[in-house]
Amino acid sequence: MTGLSSALSPADLLALFAQFLVLSLLAIGGAITTAPEMHRFVVTEHRWITDAQFTGSVAIAQAAPGPNVLFVAVIGWNVAGPLGALATMTGILLPSTVLSLWATRWGQARRDTLGVRAFTTGMAPLTLGLLLATGWLLAGPANGHPGAMLLVAATVLVTLRTKLSPMWVVAVGAAAGAAGFA
Amino acid sequence: MSLAGVAADPSKAADPLRQPASCGELFRVFNRMSLQGFGGVLAVAQRELVERERWMTREQFVETLAVSQVLPGPNIVNMSLVIGDRQFGLRGAFAALAGMLAIPLGIVLALTALYAEFASHPMVSGALRGMGAVAAGLVIATALKLLTTLKKSAMGLPLGIGFAAITFAAIALLRWPLVWVLVGLGSVAVATAWWRLGR
Repeated sequence: MTGLSSALSPADLLALFAQFLVLSLLAIGGAITTAPEMHRFVVTEHRWITDAQFTGSVAIAQAAPGPNVLFVAVIGWNVAGPLGALATMTGILLPSTVLSLWATRWGQARRDTLGVRAFTTGMAPLTLGLLLATGWLLAGPANGHPGAMLLVAATVLVTLRTKLSPMWVVAVGAAAGAAGFA
Repeated sequence: MSLAGVAADPSKAADPLRQPASCGELFRVFNRMSLQGFGGVLAVAQRELVERERWMTREQFVETLAVSQVLPGPNIVNMSLVIGDRQFGLRGAFAALAGMLAIPLGIVLALTALYAEFASHPMVSGALRGMGAVAAGLVIATALKLLTTLKKSAMGLPLGIGFAAITFAAIALLRWPLVWVLVGLGSVAVATAWWRLGR
């Protein structure tokens, strides 16, 4: 319950792994879309970690460099140490990796057929709408905080108008936030 | 008109596309990308793959992103696999994946060990909020940049913008489940594209 590294029996570890195997195939639109289901499993049902640990896991992965899916490893780590991280990460990656490789090869071999071209042409606008929606939802916490809203707007402008590396913008954001501006 | 044919289009000679020379280069570029990706790697991926390395055009990036989003699993991880696989098969796929995950995984787990001590510090939580705001801005800017690719869509710009706007409203404002939006609106969009391409 407290997230000590030896807290889980082998059977529990296997259950954790199996749960994330299933979640992998449900994670359309990214691993974060299955976060509510992960929360239900590790916090509500099994009480392996607390609600605060769960939220902290997502926050730390957001703040660290790398893909957002790393929050899955942090959750695993908080549940059962290195073995837990191994179980959740391989669980979330294995099925989707196999499926992605298979599907992309299937599509690549038929890329000039009407069906595949219609699929990529038709889905492209949805992809962009979804990306914009993701940005919108990420900006949610900034709503009502003038400093943070200004940071969002300034980032959009700087990114569209200059070739400045995102890392510098992130650094400015972190400094502004630490100074109490956000 | 074919989106799929953009890669081989010689009229693009003004800024020719490059290709990674080896699995090692794939690893390095994806690793560099990942280490710059605070609050998500997609914005950086667009910049590195399209603007800096010139491995793909904006159109190809959107096409690859569309496939990665429709497939289950983390989008950017799927994208790494797809790009790596196209270049060097399975070895390429895993080189790109390793570049994307290995070192950031070490960093995030190290931070996890430290986090418990510093989480409640107001400067730390303030910095996290500031970085969150910037991450949101980066994603919005990337989406706006990529919207220009719809000009070249076989569906035409008005229809493309229309489908993008409906998707945005359904997910961001109405909070509909993604799966239903992709299946419902997606089939309408694909059918429209089919009809346009088939004429």
